[in-house]
Amino acid sequence: MGIKRLFAFLTLATIAPGVLAQETAQNVEGGAARWGVNMTQGVTEVSRTTYDLHMLIFWICVAIGVVVFGVMFYSMWRHRKSKGYEAAQFHESTLVELAWTIVPTLILIGMAIPATKTLYDIYDTKEADLDIMITGYQWKWKYDYMGSDVSFFSNLSTPQSQINNQQPKAANYLLEVDEPLVVPINKKIRFLITANDVIHAWWVPDLAVKKDAIPGFVNESWTRIEEPGIYRGQCAELCGKDHGFMPIVVKAVPEDEYHSWLSDRAAAAARIKELTNKTFTFDELYARGEEIYNSACVACHQAKGEGIPGTFPAIAGSKIATGPMDAHMSMVVDGSPSNPAMQAFGAQLSEVDLAAVITYQRSAFGNNMGDTVQPIDVLNFKNK
Amino acid sequence: MAHGPKPGFTRWLYTTNHKDIGSMYLWFSFAMFLLGGCMALVIRAELFQPGLQIVQPGFFNQMTTMHGLIMVFGAVMPAFVGLANWMVPMMIGAPDMALPRMNNWSFWILPFAFAMLTSTLFMEGGAPDFGWTFYAPLSTEYAPPSVTFFIFAVHIMGASSIMGAINIVATILNMRAPGMTLMKMPLFVWTWLITAYLLIAVMPVLAGVVTMMLMDIHFGTSFFSAAGGGDPVLFQHVFWFFGHPEVYIMILPAFGIVSAIIPTFARKPLFGYSSMVYATASIAFLSFIVWAHHMFTVGMPIAGELFFMYATMLIAVPTGVKVFNWVTTMFRGSMTFETPMLFSIAFVILFTIGGFSGLMLAIAPADFQYHDTYFVVAHFHYVLVPGAIFSITAGVYYWLPKWTGNMYNESMGKVHFWLAFVGLNVTFFPMHFVGLAGMPRRIPDYALQFADFNQIASVGAFLFGAAQILFLFNVIRTVRGGKKATDEVWENPEGLEWSVPSPAPYHTFSTPPVVR
Amino acid sequence: MATESSYYVPEQSRLPIFATIGIFLMAFGAATWINGGSSYIFFAGSLAMATVLWFWFAAVIKENMQGLNSDQLKRSYVWGMGWFIFSEVMFFAAFFGALYYIRTFTLPWLGGEGDRGSSNMLWEGFQNTWPLMVTPEQAVSGDAAKVVGPKGIIDPWHLPLINTVLLLASSVTVHIAHVYLKKGNRKGFNWWLTATVALGGAFLFFQVEEYLEAYQHLGLTLESGIYGTTFFMLTGFHGMHVTLGTIMLLIMLLRSVIANHFKPDDHFGFEAASWYWHFVDVVWVGLFIFVYVLGA
Ligand code: HEA
Ligand code: HEA
Ligand code: HEC
Ligand code: CUA
Ligand SMILES: [Cu+2]
Repeated sequence: MGIKRLFAFLTLATIAPGVLAQETAQNVEGGAARWGVNMTQGVTEVSRTTYDLHMLIFWICVAIGVVVFGVMFYSMWRHRKSKGYEAAQFHESTLVELAWTIVPTLILIGMAIPATKTLYDIYDTKEADLDIMITGYQWKWKYDYMGSDVSFFSNLSTPQSQINNQQPKAANYLLEVDEPLVVPINKKIRFLITANDVIHAWWVPDLAVKKDAIPGFVNESWTRIEEPGIYRGQCAELCGKDHGFMPIVVKAVPEDEYHSWLSDRAAAAARIKELTNKTFTFDELYARGEEIYNSACVACHQAKGEGIPGTFPAIAGSKIATGPMDAHMSMVVDGSPSNPAMQAFGAQLSEVDLAAVITYQRSAFGNNMGDTVQPIDVLNFKNK
Repeated sequence: MAHGPKPGFTRWLYTTNHKDIGSMYLWFSFAMFLLGGCMALVIRAELFQPGLQIVQPGFFNQMTTMHGLIMVFGAVMPAFVGLANWMVPMMIGAPDMALPRMNNWSFWILPFAFAMLTSTLFMEGGAPDFGWTFYAPLSTEYAPPSVTFFIFAVHIMGASSIMGAINIVATILNMRAPGMTLMKMPLFVWTWLITAYLLIAVMPVLAGVVTMMLMDIHFGTSFFSAAGGGDPVLFQHVFWFFGHPEVYIMILPAFGIVSAIIPTFARKPLFGYSSMVYATASIAFLSFIVWAHHMFTVGMPIAGELFFMYATMLIAVPTGVKVFNWVTTMFRGSMTFETPMLFSIAFVILFTIGGFSGLMLAIAPADFQYHDTYFVVAHFHYVLVPGAIFSITAGVYYWLPKWTGNMYNESMGKVHFWLAFVGLNVTFFPMHFVGLAGMPRRIPDYALQFADFNQIASVGAFLFGAAQILFLFNVIRTVRGGKKATDEVWENPEGLEWSVPSPAPYHTFSTPPVVR
Repeated sequence: MATESSYYVPEQSRLPIFATIGIFLMAFGAATWINGGSSYIFFAGSLAMATVLWFWFAAVIKENMQGLNSDQLKRSYVWGMGWFIFSEVMFFAAFFGALYYIRTFTLPWLGGEGDRGSSNMLWEGFQNTWPLMVTPEQAVSGDAAKVVGPKGIIDPWHLPLINTVLLLASSVTVHIAHVYLKKGNRKGFNWWLTATVALGGAFLFFQVEEYLEAYQHLGLTLESGIYGTTFFMLTGFHGMHVTLGTIMLLIMLLRSVIANHFKPDDHFGFEAASWYWHFVDVVWVGLFIFVYVLGA
């Protein structure tokens, strides 16, 4: 290959990606800025110190790089054979070698000091105004507001059709949930982080909080948000198939707004509880069940109830979903005795939702059992 | 013993010759590099655009996992063992490896182990999908059934590594020609000696941790389950006690190769030979006490966090010594830029960049933002691809004339270099950006703001991959024939390997050379 | 460290490739078997492996008897065995490390102490004790728990003490055998080696007793939480090593008795086996202290 053609190729290869990207990029409105190249400064004191620390180390590395590569390029330019340069023969110098051991050590100490300070700050979880328990599930988050009755799951709300490219993608594609975590600003919030099944990690860049959620253990972390707003993050530990689909949305609001939200939420929970004693028609249950199915079960059992062979069984034609009601209820309420991936939904869904989703599964996907189970039956089953 | 190889394919099956075995290691490694690379291309193709286009999330995870495993255990490690097989006996004036039959055994286990590992792709429930770090309990209670095959594949490839390492230690310590004192050994031999110690020390720990997994999965033990008093984080400690030294296993021999090449083309002796040796030893020592820097976010007590942060940062010092020594070797040399030298210079620059991002990761509070993002992916590809892979490539170009007796095609080599150099930076540099901007790793689909840089990275990956075809082509051509190489090949290179004819005879030193 | 010009590089050999097939079948077969498939592949592999090892060692012995092995080559075997034992040490280190971590960090945290003590809110009522008789799950779910702690544990001062004495004695006897061999006293060698093998056998017998006791009367099993896990994994792997060591020594004994192998100045096969035996002994001392005595 001639040198000219090589250069033509190289130029093309470097430019092509840029051009391509320009052509195909979607127009994103309201989403985070495109072409972002750096860490966010975030909205808490910790996130800002972290950012400063990051920039500090970055610039130190750049400076060292400039010196080291500078010397290298200089000698590559000057000390080449084609310029007739004769090689020197020195190959040792204790002094120089000592110097370049000691100087980097000092630089490192210079970095370690602010890092240590920041770390102590991050670890100080004492004296929080508010405790929130965060539990990672495959593949959703559960938030418990400790000391109140409020507790709910937060699922991805991006529709499957956007993921499968059948619809244009919304601005907050994959970073939107059905129910965000609502918190007050200017309060020290302590997070108690754990998981129900595998390890997840709760990460919101703007808060500079990333902590692993480990089944059986509770990790602590804290934040104090200074500005109202919506802050988005994602699960940051591989947790199985839908690891990429369990976002986090934090909505920071002024304190009074937070309190009214909290009492609304508690009231809503109470209303759902009341429904337990109501008798529903098949159609009501079926319709509600479809919704629940598509948020809580679809990740594994799939949209048409076909499952994923070898990993998640099909609901369509399933022996359990078309068999005795008790076995079906037991599978959904208590989870599978043999495979922990099938969780105990009894603790996650209300009786109404459980009744609905079970009813739905028994008659959807060509399972035509046509029978119903009422919330009160589920409650009785739970209490047995 | 002046006989050549037996004809026919049984030569390869039954051989006890270090050169045959070295070649088989290298070819095997290249095949695995292509396989792992193809998986990387699947990953990059899926990540070309937001949305799911080509593969489903479950399969994507299998690709990521297998890509990592195959590259680490199938491509990089065997390539270094192959180079050790070829070069260590020649460099120290030995007739062969110390334990030639075991040498053959170590090699042949590998193709079988990887056949077993890749066969999991066709099993019910799919291949391992829990990342190359296979954190419990995702890899235990929640794993597909094929995990059992994965465990046993790891067992036998570990056995292969341990045997290979023992062989290298025995060769280096026991088979040196008269006069070849330890401090006269070429740095490649030194770095491999230390690497072999690392291997013997940590491969059994890997065997231990997969055994614990096996017991948890099938025999009801509670190592990684809090319900019985165990701890998932225990898994990570044991794994990274292996895993961190493992990453230095993938870079120390590279240091050795580069330390051989740079002096040759700078026409100047290596600067600071003995400090290079001590630096390598310090890196190896430190590598045992930094493992938890992969676990800054698991919620370690602050004392542990600080200890591992400081220890990790310290590694920059001996590594820096090496970088400075290479640069000073070039300084006031009389340089030419043949292909091996180009790859070596790129190694020094790009590895250093990877080292810098490593240092950033070592700062625990900052790592809370970096951890498990593409910033980490950028870091380790910078130390692995232009690090390990470039050094191997450089070594192959450098020694190929000695192996085959023929010169490779220099301009094709240069084109290969430039394509690879550009492709690699286009692929991996943007990953720093998306990582800092908040893109987690190991995800098949991403938010829209990451689209642009991902697209660029994907294009770069295909370019980089295409460059490797040139390499393959060049090597095959050189093996087949070409311009005859002189015995010295380069201008006044140092080392015993250049004192024998090109191609090196089947049995090199049946009578030991005398080293002054 | 001069290379003698006579370093013996063996001719091509079929052994390694057959050994590869053997080990592959063992691994693949074990995985198939454990996953519920048939066990034939595993046993076929084991048989192949045993056969290959037989021929392999036979070849090495023959080469040595033919005088092909220079002193230098013998040193290679010495290095090989030495570093193999080091790798075994690291294997055990992983399990000892796990035990240490569980006792120093995990259980206190689960019990509510230390940095991650809030974990106790998930396991209310759980207390950190060692031996761990009540698992965290049991503390919460009582009888419904799947992982139930043991009812009792092995008393270190009965069987384990006997075993300690046996194993320590066997280290002495194997050493005496070695001394006799070096002196050229074949009969003494054979006797003391027999004694060693017998002691090894006795040790294994008592370990089986102990396991039966644990399983049948104490409810101490692999499944009984982390205590049973660490107990059986550590002692179990040790027991497997004792078994292997005993077999190695037995083979050395047979080689000596039947084939009159080993010379006073040339007997590395035996020496390697005895090193291995000493290593197994040292591990036991570690076990006795850290698993039995400090575990009770
Ligand atoms: C060849 C492989 C290799 C090498 C050599 C390194 C080298 C280093 N690595 Fe890297 N690392 C990996 C492979 C490697 N790493 C892999 C594969 C992972 C991810 C695993 C996974 O999760 O899948 C990883 C992840 C990883 C993490 C965890 C990140 C996370 O998951 O959150 C950290 C954190 O500390 C880290 C740090 C370092 C450091 C400090 C070095 C140092 O050794 C670098 C030292 C070098 C330099 C610093 C440059 C040269 C020095 C100078 C010019 C001197 C002067 C400089 C200064 C004083 C600044 N690495
Ligand atoms: C030495 C190790 C090594 C090497 C060489 C590579 C090489 C490459 N890796 Fe690497 N990678 C890892 C080790 C390595 N990787 C590890 C350990 C992980 C972590 C896994 C985990 O998270 O568990 C990882 C993860 C990883 C990810 C993140 C996946 C995720 O988080 O989901 C990505 C994404 O882009 C990636 C890309 C690439 C690319 C594009 C290359 C390229 O350099 C590959 C180039 C090679 C080829 C392309 C093949 C050769 C060419 C052909 C066969 C010809 C045909 C091709 C064309 C015509 C184009 N790798
Ligand atoms: C994280 C994955 C996952 C989610 C989410 C999930 N399941 Fe399952 N499900 C499984 C697995 C795995 C099994 C197989 C269990 C076994 O083999 O014992 C299963 C089995 C079942 C079965 C029995 C099928 C059969 O024939 O064996 C039913 C019924 C069921 N699930 C209902 C539900 C309902 C209702 C929901 C949502 C409210 C749900 N599942 C959500 C993983 C999941
Ligand atoms: Cu949850 Cu990743
Ligand atoms: Cu590391």
